[in-house]
Amino acid sequence: MSERYSRQEIFAPIGAEGQEKIRNKHVLIVGAGALGTGSAEALVRAGIGKLTIVDRDYVEWSNLQRQQLYIEKDAQNRIPKAVAAKERLLQVNSEVDIQAHIMDVSVGEIEELVKGVHLIIDATDNFDIRLLLNDASQKYTIPWIYGSCVGSYGISYTIIPGKTPCLNCLLESVPLGGLTCDTAGIISPTVQMVVAYQVTEALKILVEDFDSLLRKLQSFDLWKNQQTAIDVQSLKKDSCPSCGTVRTYPYLDFSNQTKTAILCGRESVQIRPSVQAERNLDELASMLAHQGKVDQNPFLLSFTIDEKRMVIFKDGRVFVHGTKDVSEAKTLYHRYLG
Amino acid sequence: MELLINNDKIKIPDEIGNVSVLLEHFQLDKHIVIVEVNGVILDKTNHRDTRLSDGDKIEIVHFVGGG
Ligand SMILES: [Zn+2]
Repeated sequence: MSERYSRQEIFAPIGAEGQEKIRNKHVLIVGAGALGTGSAEALVRAGIGKLTIVDRDYVEWSNLQRQQLYIEKDAQNRIPKAVAAKERLLQVNSEVDIQAHIMDVSVGEIEELVKGVHLIIDATDNFDIRLLLNDASQKYTIPWIYGSCVGSYGISYTIIPGKTPCLNCLLESVPLGGLTCDTAGIISPTVQMVVAYQVTEALKILVEDFDSLLRKLQSFDLWKNQQTAIDVQSLKKDSCPSCGTVRTYPYLDFSNQTKTAILCGRESVQIRPSVQAERNLDELASMLAHQGKVDQNPFLLSFTIDEKRMVIFKDGRVFVHGTKDVSEAKTLYHRYLG
Repeated sequence: MELLINNDKIKIPDEIGNVSVLLEHFQLDKHIVIVEVNGVILDKTNHRDTRLSDGDKIEIVHFVGGG
């Protein structure tokens, strides 16, 4: 028995055998915000063999209250979350193979990311991407664990392809934009509670103890002292386009891919160029320097002009801060970046 | 009437006659929800037709997007 994982191996449902299984598994965490940093730290401490973590954003001061892998210098230097997370995770456990990607996950990316993955953990902040994960999970027969939280309320559900209903069965439609971008704030215990459910379900899957899975849609409100769970097995639909008998995987269709997205809870719009090409940030910096204020790190460039700020990532994506108006964001994008 | 909602006894005005109005009462009508009444999950299209009576056991879970 290894000293490092001894307490987990003494825990009977895992044992030395379970620990070995955990060591041979590969988990994909999509999103490195509150839920993603929580799950990532727990799995890395638990001795997962390989972890892939993906995020499109960089660390800001408002993240530090609950996104447990980040520290002040990450916010000061606008370090991409994937980079900052990897650095901290390797300090926690250098034995884990950690793959971190600064990336907006859409159709093309997800098909690459899921290769060789045993489990996907949802740590995203909107339903467009969750339905994408859901279709990828069904197409490649990989379980995934939905989790979400706002305020003091949290919800989680484990989807096992071929066994449980999928997210598309439960939702029936994509929740409207306003509902995905909650501005009700969040307290960190809510995050920790959802992470507790997600990571416990993850450990059960990783040690292949499928009989112990919760199998219920679980929700709680820590402030209102409520907890409830519904057995949703009866909602599995043969007619579901994601998990039913005739599958079209509608969310893996390139034509459903969004080029712009309003970022959750922030006055910001993301623009993805239609053709992906790497930006030369040094060239861009010298070009923009006489038009506004430019700050740069190895991963991104921040350009401030009047009340607006644009952040240009190496992979070509641009965040336009200071607006929720997609057309205004596009105008600024084309004015300064061609 | 008194309902058992998510394991809490809650008094609600009698004019809340069906599940649809109950969801409005809790400001959940704009959310995607799953509602179980006395152990049976309702079809989303049946919320307005499902009458409520005193002592009903109701579970409501609503979806949120944040993370
Ligand atoms: Zn389905």
